[in-house]
Amino acid sequence: MGAEVAAPSSALRARVRRKSNRGPLPGFGLSLGVTLTYLGLIVLIPLAGLAVKTASLTGDQLWTAISSPRALAAYRISFLGALSAAVVNGLFGLVLAWVLVRYRLPGKGLLDAMVDLPFALPTAVAGIALTALFTESGWLGQFLEPHGIKVAFAPPGIVIAMIFVGLPFVVRTVQPVLMDIDPTMEEVAATLGASRAYTLRRVILPSVMPALLTGFALAFARALGEYGSIVFISGNMPMKTEIVPLLIVTKLEQYDYPGATAIALVMLMASFALLFIINSLQGWMARRGGHR
Amino acid sequence: MAGTLPSAAGSAVVIPPGLHPGAAGTNRAALADPPLIRWLLIGLSLAFLGLFVALPISAVFVEALRKGLSAYVDAIAEPETRAAIRLTLLTAIISVPLNLIFGVTAAWLISKYRFPGKSALITLIDLPFSVSPVISGLVFVLLLGARGVLGPWLEAHDIHIIFAVPGIILATTFVTFPFVAREVLPIMQDLGNDEEEVALTLGASGWQILFQITLPKVRWGLLYGVVLCNARAMGEFGAVSVVSGHIRGLTNTVPLQVEILYNEYNMVAAFAVASILTLLALGTLGAKKVVEAHQHQG
Repeated sequence: MGAEVAAPSSALRARVRRKSNRGPLPGFGLSLGVTLTYLGLIVLIPLAGLAVKTASLTGDQLWTAISSPRALAAYRISFLGALSAAVVNGLFGLVLAWVLVRYRLPGKGLLDAMVDLPFALPTAVAGIALTALFTESGWLGQFLEPHGIKVAFAPPGIVIAMIFVGLPFVVRTVQPVLMDIDPTMEEVAATLGASRAYTLRRVILPSVMPALLTGFALAFARALGEYGSIVFISGNMPMKTEIVPLLIVTKLEQYDYPGATAIALVMLMASFALLFIINSLQGWMARRGGHR
Repeated sequence: MAGTLPSAAGSAVVIPPGLHPGAAGTNRAALADPPLIRWLLIGLSLAFLGLFVALPISAVFVEALRKGLSAYVDAIAEPETRAAIRLTLLTAIISVPLNLIFGVTAAWLISKYRFPGKSALITLIDLPFSVSPVISGLVFVLLLGARGVLGPWLEAHDIHIIFAVPGIILATTFVTFPFVAREVLPIMQDLGNDEEEVALTLGASGWQILFQITLPKVRWGLLYGVVLCNARAMGEFGAVSVVSGHIRGLTNTVPLQVEILYNEYNMVAAFAVASILTLLALGTLGAKKVVEAHQHQG
């Protein structure tokens, strides 16, 4: 008799305890269900489709597509282009963030808004606009081409488009960290006799380093996957200016689904590796923020 | 170097010769960069933003209006362009509300409850951001295309998704999937759940809490998330290009129409259509400024 009463009450207590562990608000089951269902339908099942297709390829098919000279050239162009663009964005992004946080300037709000434009402008528009600037009759190209500097329809054009799409990342990751730096740290350093350059190197730079690297990695990842703006400016010559995403599209248009799938797999692995690095960097950033 | 002092941070501060602690002059002056450096850095910033932002934007409008206003209007009023605008609006009207509902639900789930696997869930929600747009399109071709995993079944039931409007909507929804959740989640986490829990003790239902407390609290972030999601939905190129099949007047969105006109060397029309998308982008940035101003007011 006693056991019969005790059993439901302990089950009830367990349920209440579980509920209070989650939090008191109602709707856990519904929101979990909707989130997982939608995530599954829109993101996970389509990505699983890629895995299924890959599994249907033979090792030989996979290897031939991944290691063809044309694919190797495309990896090289995409990787070197994204690396150069991320370096440029790292340097100028740091300078921009510094100017936006530290200096008083008329029209600073406008400059700050301009930084976000590459997030908002459709990539096709960026592509045709940059191409128009850099062709031999363009606003900038007409001064560059006579000196033998070819930007549009050449590798530098790829880098230009990649710089454009990655421009906001370094600024937007470094800016909040710079804002959080307590000026008394610099004052103390100066009071103790440290030169400005020394303070920058030993006080400011270590504080912004995790954010700078995160922004660099984000800009690199964005540049690596970029398609829309690059196809207009690059000229799309196999072995010379063909980026990896374009090679995937070309293979698809030739109905070479195994080839497209194999190269997409390489890209996807690179993206996931970068995602892992970026997550680790952000963890590092959060820990630094916590210590301050 | 006269000597070093260990600082609290563990790094040593070097004291140059001739200076002793406290003699470094006024602190404020020590914080300011020399004028030469200031002007150099400001100059570099202006040149960088000028080259990569101001010039391309100006080029779009100059090229669009090269043959005058009437040529501009004619280019936009062209039937194929109007069809592209209709398709882009249709795509946004379906994918943005879907991602809005999902974004609010996911942000509610993550900010209101404790459960295992939360950080993995956040990573999965961010996944479409880290996938190349081309691959975002490719996955749908591989799943639903004629030679895809479900292709034969869809063929048998006469359902057309790839190279048709549903494929464009699906790919757009995939690409814009994280936007609302990404904007709303940090705000919900920052603001905490105190008011929601008070409302609960006063007898409010879950829906009442959501619509009368949580959503009003996060409304500006939510609005910005929707604006960003919409901008990307209307401007997406890579993913949509892969699934669309480029059938004129049927499966061309506005960005694809820009590409077609450009490849036909119809420059005025290409830039005229591009200018619509540029205005959309400028409007998006304006909305961000408005939202930020409201957030700072509290």
